[in-house]
Amino acid sequence: MLKISIDKLSALYNAIAADKELILPVRTAGVVDYASYTEGADVAIDTLKTAKSPKNAFFPQFETLYNVNKKIIPVDASAEEGACEGAGVALRSTLSVEMAPLVDKDFVIFGIKPCDVKGIEVLDNVFLAEPVDNFYKARREHGILVAMACNEPEESCFCSAFGIDAADPSKAKADVAVWMADGNLYWKAISEKGEALTESVKSVFEDSDEAAVDATKASIETILAKLPNANLSLDMWGKGVLDDRFYSPVWDEIFKPCLACGTCTFVCPTCQCYDIKDYTTKDGIQRYRCWDSCMYSDFTMMAHGNNRNSQKERFRQRFMHKLSYYPDKNDGMFSCVGCGRCVDKCPQSLNIVKVIKAFEASKDKEGQA
Amino acid sequence: MPMINGEFRPKIVAFCCNWCSYGGADLAGSSRLSYPADVKIIRVPCSGRVNPMFILRAFERGADGVIICGCHPGDCHYSTGNYYARRRMTLLFSMLEYIGIENGRTRVEWVSAAEGVKFQATMNEFVEKVKSLGENVRLGDLRCKD
Amino acid sequence: MQGLIDRLKALLADGTVARVIGWKKGDMSYNPTPAIFNSVEDLDEFVYDGFCGANLSKMMIDATKLEGKTAVLLKPCDSYSFNQLIREHRVNRDNAYIIGIACRGKLDIERAKATGIKGITEVTGTEHDGADTVTFKTLYGDKEVAYNEIMLGRCYMCKGKEHVIADEVIGESKDTAVVDRFAQVAEIEAMSSAEKFEFFKKELSKCIRCNACRNVCPCCSCRKCVFDSTKFDSQQKANVDSFEEKMFHIIRAFHVAGRCTDCGECSRVCPQGIPLHLFNKKFIKDIDTFYGEFQAGKDPEAQSPLTAFTFEDVEPKIVSERSKG
Repeated sequence: MLKISIDKLSALYNAIAADKELILPVRTAGVVDYASYTEGADVAIDTLKTAKSPKNAFFPQFETLYNVNKKIIPVDASAEEGACEGAGVALRSTLSVEMAPLVDKDFVIFGIKPCDVKGIEVLDNVFLAEPVDNFYKARREHGILVAMACNEPEESCFCSAFGIDAADPSKAKADVAVWMADGNLYWKAISEKGEALTESVKSVFEDSDEAAVDATKASIETILAKLPNANLSLDMWGKGVLDDRFYSPVWDEIFKPCLACGTCTFVCPTCQCYDIKDYTTKDGIQRYRCWDSCMYSDFTMMAHGNNRNSQKERFRQRFMHKLSYYPDKNDGMFSCVGCGRCVDKCPQSLNIVKVIKAFEASKDKEGQA
Repeated sequence: MPMINGEFRPKIVAFCCNWCSYGGADLAGSSRLSYPADVKIIRVPCSGRVNPMFILRAFERGADGVIICGCHPGDCHYSTGNYYARRRMTLLFSMLEYIGIENGRTRVEWVSAAEGVKFQATMNEFVEKVKSLGENVRLGDLRCKD
Repeated sequence: MQGLIDRLKALLADGTVARVIGWKKGDMSYNPTPAIFNSVEDLDEFVYDGFCGANLSKMMIDATKLEGKTAVLLKPCDSYSFNQLIREHRVNRDNAYIIGIACRGKLDIERAKATGIKGITEVTGTEHDGADTVTFKTLYGDKEVAYNEIMLGRCYMCKGKEHVIADEVIGESKDTAVVDRFAQVAEIEAMSSAEKFEFFKKELSKCIRCNACRNVCPCCSCRKCVFDSTKFDSQQKANVDSFEEKMFHIIRAFHVAGRCTDCGECSRVCPQGIPLHLFNKKFIKDIDTFYGEFQAGKDPEAQSPLTAFTFEDVEPKIVSERSKG
């Protein structure tokens, strides 16, 4: 294990940023989100929860897939087949299709929390399964995750319900695990990519003992156990519950305050639905994709119309997807990681925890939902 | 930046109402009163038809300046359309100025069908103003740029 | 609060109303959810405290179409929104029973957390007749904060303690205004053009286009928003270009200009902390300056300034004349 004093972190940032893009929590106009490091950026590394998840780095809110460009070129018409006598210069238009480039440079996401690392695992199961999403795959191959322990978990966190250990990022599927303890940042490579990164920035570190973070780990564990939703029961969810939950009467009431905004979806580290659209640019068409939200009225809209016409159905889609459909397809793995962003951000204070609790309560009331 | 012979040529969109200002433009044309070809006229039934979105859309698509021309207050073919337009445009221009868009890029002018000379003078003046402000970089969509 | 609950129960029990729109206890002490209560038993979960900031008037659009009367709890500022909805024929007044509830300013959990409070397990002192300090019990120790230091931004620009419409008023409200409601707008107006542009660019670049501002807005009551049209050459879900965030917020503010009651819900719900009220307040300030003082929702009969005119209205060139460049 290596260490560096927290006062000297900018030396570490500069060392990483020397040849790689460094993405870390930065404060802009009062809000902390993952952004590229630049000299003088207001880095807020001790932020527990950024407003948005870091999924943007692998699956950006919008990205161009390809561009179609139209070009008008003058040609000598007299040389063309069947040209009439005296034909001169004619204008012909050509179309070219240009694929958007894939990411080909390494980048580092620094300070990603164990829940968000798990969130990326959730995305992997979607985008890296056949048919593989090339844009995502390229970013995954070039992205290096430096996962950080959550020093002071908050009441909206419920990652332990999904078996995530916020105290020990070395258990996460990241490349480097770091802890902040007694004025130092402790650094431990946990993958090959992580070893390589460590090698390139080794000069800024001092050696340290593995035991240095034990006390911090223990104190985080203590807090984690005390969190109000630490033992959130997921008994009613997972594989094979689709029919029972889908038709539950609980949905009839619970969705009502939902505004149908996309806040929960857009701050979520695991939401992966996207829409593909065309934009008419000056000389052509840009085909791009952007995040979609199941809360929106045009979600999965087709030529014949929409297959989810009510907000109840759209609301149900979001939670069934996270707690039932996804586990059905991924061996019981949930597509919620308990980061608690929706808990913090929902304008109506309606969130996945309340949904899970409402189902638990309905079970207590009637024996089953 | 669109340059012609080393000189910046702004793109100007002029929304002209069918009954007065378009007639004014017509008169300017038939009287051979010249004004810069940078002005692209879009005929609308009434200045009251101009939706704020039209103006933003014009900027999005690369306009450097947008001018709305309608009948003089009191002369609207539909009696009151230009009065509503006047309020809307005042508020919209004020908002654009508020978010940092140079206010010389927008203008409203009342031009009657008899005022070919005024049409010419207005356009000359507006083009000069926008030229002095340079290219519109604050309110355009990058994807629509040259 | 017990008195309020008893009154609601009585209204439901004697059939005066068929349902009540209020707030339901959250799973934490600061996250109540707006809810519809259909029976006396349901009301056991009712709550009304400092965190009940949501404006419930928009829920009445659907509720007043149902059979029977719906009671709704409105704070003084929410009552303006309800009046505006009456003005626009979006709610059926005959099917509404408006209970004006007392308000002493509503709390902003984000503002509380910004003071360093985290790991909250219990919050006390948030009731209407509670203490002047709010006590936060947290996993990292207890903390007390003055109630009036952690209110929603809009409460510091309170519109007053009177309900503009109500069938009955329960309790006494407090006017919590301490700053001029247009102070922030005036501050921006005084900036140079380049500074204004930088300010809004920074704020708007945070926008994730979740549409929460639109969906919560009691004025945004179109059945289908122009930004949701599939034929609209814009992406309603993402700011694909920096132009789109500007367009969305300008057009949204314009669509509610002259109708916006300045309830401040847009800024309250924005997950990215964008001060969206600055757009609406700008329009209100301009309307006040150019066309005379106007408070939307104050009078359900009043003509909206954008559907009216006078022969003497100012010309649009006033904008450049008074501008500092």
